[in-house]
Amino acid sequence: MGVFVNNLILIAEEGLMYALLAMGMYITYSILDFPDLSVDGTFPLGAVLTGVLIIHGVNPWLCLVIAFAAGMAAGMLTGLMNVKLKIIPLLCGIIMYTGMLSINLVLIKFGTGGSAIASFFTKNTIFNSSLATVIPKSVGGFTLRAVFISLIIVIVCKILLDLYLKTKNGLLLRATGDNERYTTMLGKNSGTIKILGLMLGNGFAALAGSVIAQRKGSADQQMGVGMVVLGLASVIIGISVFRRVKIMKGTTMVILGSIIYKAAYQIVLALGVPTDWNNLIKALIFLIALIIGGAKFQALFIKLFKSPKNREKDVEVT
Amino acid sequence: MFNKGTVDENRLFLNFNLSIDDHEFISVIGSNGSGKTTLLNLICGTMRPDIGTVMFGGENITSMPEFKRARRIGRVLQDPKMGTCPNLTILENLALAENKNRKFNFARAVNKHHEERFRTMLENCGMGLENRMGVLAGSLSGGQRQALALIIATMTDIDLLILDEHTAALDPKSSEILMQITQKVVSEKKLTTLMVTHNLRYAVEYGSRLVMMHSGEAVMDIRGEEKKQLCVEDILDKFNKISIESGN
Repeated sequence: MGVFVNNLILIAEEGLMYALLAMGMYITYSILDFPDLSVDGTFPLGAVLTGVLIIHGVNPWLCLVIAFAAGMAAGMLTGLMNVKLKIIPLLCGIIMYTGMLSINLVLIKFGTGGSAIASFFTKNTIFNSSLATVIPKSVGGFTLRAVFISLIIVIVCKILLDLYLKTKNGLLLRATGDNERYTTMLGKNSGTIKILGLMLGNGFAALAGSVIAQRKGSADQQMGVGMVVLGLASVIIGISVFRRVKIMKGTTMVILGSIIYKAAYQIVLALGVPTDWNNLIKALIFLIALIIGGAKFQALFIKLFKSPKNREKDVEVT
Repeated sequence: MFNKGTVDENRLFLNFNLSIDDHEFISVIGSNGSGKTTLLNLICGTMRPDIGTVMFGGENITSMPEFKRARRIGRVLQDPKMGTCPNLTILENLALAENKNRKFNFARAVNKHHEERFRTMLENCGMGLENRMGVLAGSLSGGQRQALALIIATMTDIDLLILDEHTAALDPKSSEILMQITQKVVSEKKLTTLMVTHNLRYAVEYGSRLVMMHSGEAVMDIRGEEKKQLCVEDILDKFNKISIESGN
């Protein structure tokens, strides 16, 4: 029983933290229709930057803001490559990601005086700030506090993003992803809007990196591996599972998608699969999400779950 | 100039000159490949000419990017999917269009105030869209979408309306209705209009001037009283003659 509850808390905690990444990829992949691979580089950028800054005594909450800004700057480069140099989205992402490998490594070595990992276990983070002490240590301890803090950050980000998407500017972003010519016909440069969307998306990715690094108490280059797959899987799971729930917002869908992804991952691990297989499991969950999200599978799904009465009607028609 | 430097090099508009007066409604006809769409693309900036200039209201806009020209030009395209955002509601589409040439800042995009105004606008076009403002534009029929696209293109003050075979993808009845709406909007707002069409009857019935194009030249340019007396047979004759000359 205790193991089960612990697992649930772990799923909630990690699912919420990675939901920040999923929201970022929701902007780029779902709204802007831009498969952005650069998050594999901007996620660890946020983590590494946070590690270095916390070691040097910067306020951990301020680190979140700085990480977001740094992610935006990196996203701007991806956007400029695509818009000004006309390089296709996938290649922009690969170039950015490869370049960021060096940037992150240099950053971490510079900040720690030559080490390849930034550890700050003894320093204060957002997870033991005064806000976290709202939850007494006797109830659930450090883990529950982490869930609490992650939840607050996710909710604040979700509300801000929802509000933004309803503004004139946000609506223009959605229009650009939907029909680029429409934006042009409105007399607006669709390239500028695209760059803005990529900035936001990568800002969220770096923010997720910052939060997760603070939870781990350390940051390194390796943290970015598999982030694209994780983020996209969350977005696709969330949107395909909840597509029919009309009142639900896209942001809510991807947050839940992220939690479902973590749950699926945790279930596989609980079955006793050795950790060496972690990345294969992630890839397979992504594959399954894509199949479930595909139109063919959905049609089949609807057919299977139609009531027998309706099915008879179908037969009559054919 | 297409396929420059290859055996397929094709030069259009070598000696072409078209000037459009204010409040004119020009219908442009011509066979495939005669340069109708290229002409529109040159005006809108989707394409740049290799030589020559495009003047707009006394200003040389030859090197102005498309999105800047769009601030003074409204355009309805042939493909109904292109004139609206399919995943935004009718209301959201209209709210964006109304904000054209203004700042896209962080103010709320849609409010009650808008709804009232858009409702009357949609009622005027008589497509029954006024009660479906919360519906996604992508779920509308082709005719409804083109009517919406026309409203969007003419919502703000524009100096030129471009209709790029905007009825071509529709069934006869829908295109008939759309042409009536077009006529109404154009005359109400006194818009200068350039309409490309394959429908000779529309070209004869609507508009104050008719231009027939053939391999990048205007082979026929009729306006005023002469245009009013024109009938479909006259144009068809001319059309056939050209076709025989060019061996089609």
